[in-house]
Amino acid sequence: MMGRRLGALRVNPAYLFVAPALAAIVAFFFVPVVASVALSFTDFDIYAVADRENLRVLGLGNYTHLVGDGLFWVAVRNTLLFVLLAAPLSIAASLGAALLLSAPVTRWKAAFRTALFLPVVTTLVAVAVVWRYAFHPRTGLLNAVLATIGIGPFDWLGDPRFAMPAIVVMTIWKNFGFNMVILVAGLQSIPESLYEAARIDGAGSAARFRHVTLPMLAPTLFFVSVMTLIGDLQLFAEPYVMTQGGPAHATLSVVLLMYLEGFRWWNMGYAAAIAVALFAIMLALTAVARRAGALAAGEEAA
Amino acid sequence: MRRSHVTVLVHLVLVAAAVVTLVPLLWMVSASLMPAGEASAVPPRWIPSAPTLAHYRELFARLDLARAFANSLLIAVTVTLVSVTLNALAGYAFARFEFVGRDRTFRVLLAALVVPGQLGMLPLFLMLRELGLVNTYWGVLVPGLASIFGIFLVRQYALSIPQSLLDAARVDGAGELRLFWSLVVPICKPVLVTLAIFTFMGTWNDFLWPLIVLSDTRLQTLPVALANLLGEHVQDTELMMAGAVLTVLPVVVVFLALQRSYIEGIVTGSVKQ
Repeated sequence: MMGRRLGALRVNPAYLFVAPALAAIVAFFFVPVVASVALSFTDFDIYAVADRENLRVLGLGNYTHLVGDGLFWVAVRNTLLFVLLAAPLSIAASLGAALLLSAPVTRWKAAFRTALFLPVVTTLVAVAVVWRYAFHPRTGLLNAVLATIGIGPFDWLGDPRFAMPAIVVMTIWKNFGFNMVILVAGLQSIPESLYEAARIDGAGSAARFRHVTLPMLAPTLFFVSVMTLIGDLQLFAEPYVMTQGGPAHATLSVVLLMYLEGFRWWNMGYAAAIAVALFAIMLALTAVARRAGALAAGEEAA
Repeated sequence: MRRSHVTVLVHLVLVAAAVVTLVPLLWMVSASLMPAGEASAVPPRWIPSAPTLAHYRELFARLDLARAFANSLLIAVTVTLVSVTLNALAGYAFARFEFVGRDRTFRVLLAALVVPGQLGMLPLFLMLRELGLVNTYWGVLVPGLASIFGIFLVRQYALSIPQSLLDAARVDGAGELRLFWSLVVPICKPVLVTLAIFTFMGTWNDFLWPLIVLSDTRLQTLPVALANLLGEHVQDTELMMAGAVLTVLPVVVVFLALQRSYIEGIVTGSVKQ
């Protein structure tokens, strides 16, 4: 038995099948990710780029600097504000759209789904360019539309109070279709018999939603919440294209700061510390979400 | 509320939502065809007074966006071909072969799915710089050569291949690689098509990595070229809209042609097993 296992191991073609993909993933993903942590303990900067002799190991130096760096905290606050606004609102939009698309009375479902989903496949940079013009205070479409109902005008991207909400609006427009199709699939997988049983028990449509749809959809909702959270924390192209992080750093995100520190100012060690800090924030928020999800599930069961 | 009222309301809300999602895209197309200055008129114009292709001509003739378009196409097609092949090989092996460390390796890969790509970008850039690959097509390609998500997607599908089919082919003396090409690939075709669409669109739409690796304007991808164009031509709304149309056109066409596979892929990818 042992001999056959060993013999099989020597000629096992599986290794040849997995080797190319694993080699690429290890070399261009795992190694850089681990190296990122190492890089964050150094002062790798423009001088080290020119000559490795100038590289110093700082230990936790970059992190102590980070804690005292006002700009980093501005970026963290902006990113969290973005996540806090964009994630719940876009999931609510996705859920609303998914419920409408799944309603028994709805016709032309495929056409509506395509129309609502289309922004998801578009190139983020291109639609950020479009929205930048749509947000223009004098000539933009949004203010023109709002003016017809007597609101505004707003200097969307020029006012520090409105710039991040403007990016949130654009992000919801671009992304809600993605979670929508996942939630539609989740809704379809709820057995019709549960609704029948609730109906027989005299539950109205609100009660059926509260006691059948929501609990059955909870795992899917949790999944899309965590994925949206992780995606939104990586905000970059929207502020890069629409505001360059302004006005007055109001839309400076953590990834944008990492990009500027690392690739504009060549503070690679410091930028690596920012990347690691973002990952830590991501893990912490995901853990909080898991905890909240578990608590909610527990309450539901009780 | 009566049932017919509900029906009307549901459709009104859906139409309103579709208007919101489509109007920015339709306006982008419309504005790209307007004579210079018309897209920034007050009050805004919705339809070009005299449709013109002048801005598209300028993009190709003077601003050389054709080159960026070709770069994007070359990179997206190459990444798609290589990564679908490598992911298919690995995904099939994870599903249907037994080998030492298989389950542990797969668990590590799954756990790494949550690690954002940006985390490794700085060292990867320095690595590629060391290898002389910064400012080359190779430099943009390497992070996309294989993907954990792709392996996962193929594996889920390959698990359902009937063992009897594989056994029968082996009895007939087919080598493992031949078996893969002549049997596994045709059976897995739906998931491979889905993965190809995903990879093509993801690579085409990618921004941060090409922005970092390609500073040479002759090598830049379309999204990077478009972002740079904004710096010099921010006043030329119509020209920028033409550039935006050019950038989204291929992915929108691919999506509209193959949307069923694409949406099925999202749903499969989100139902983790």
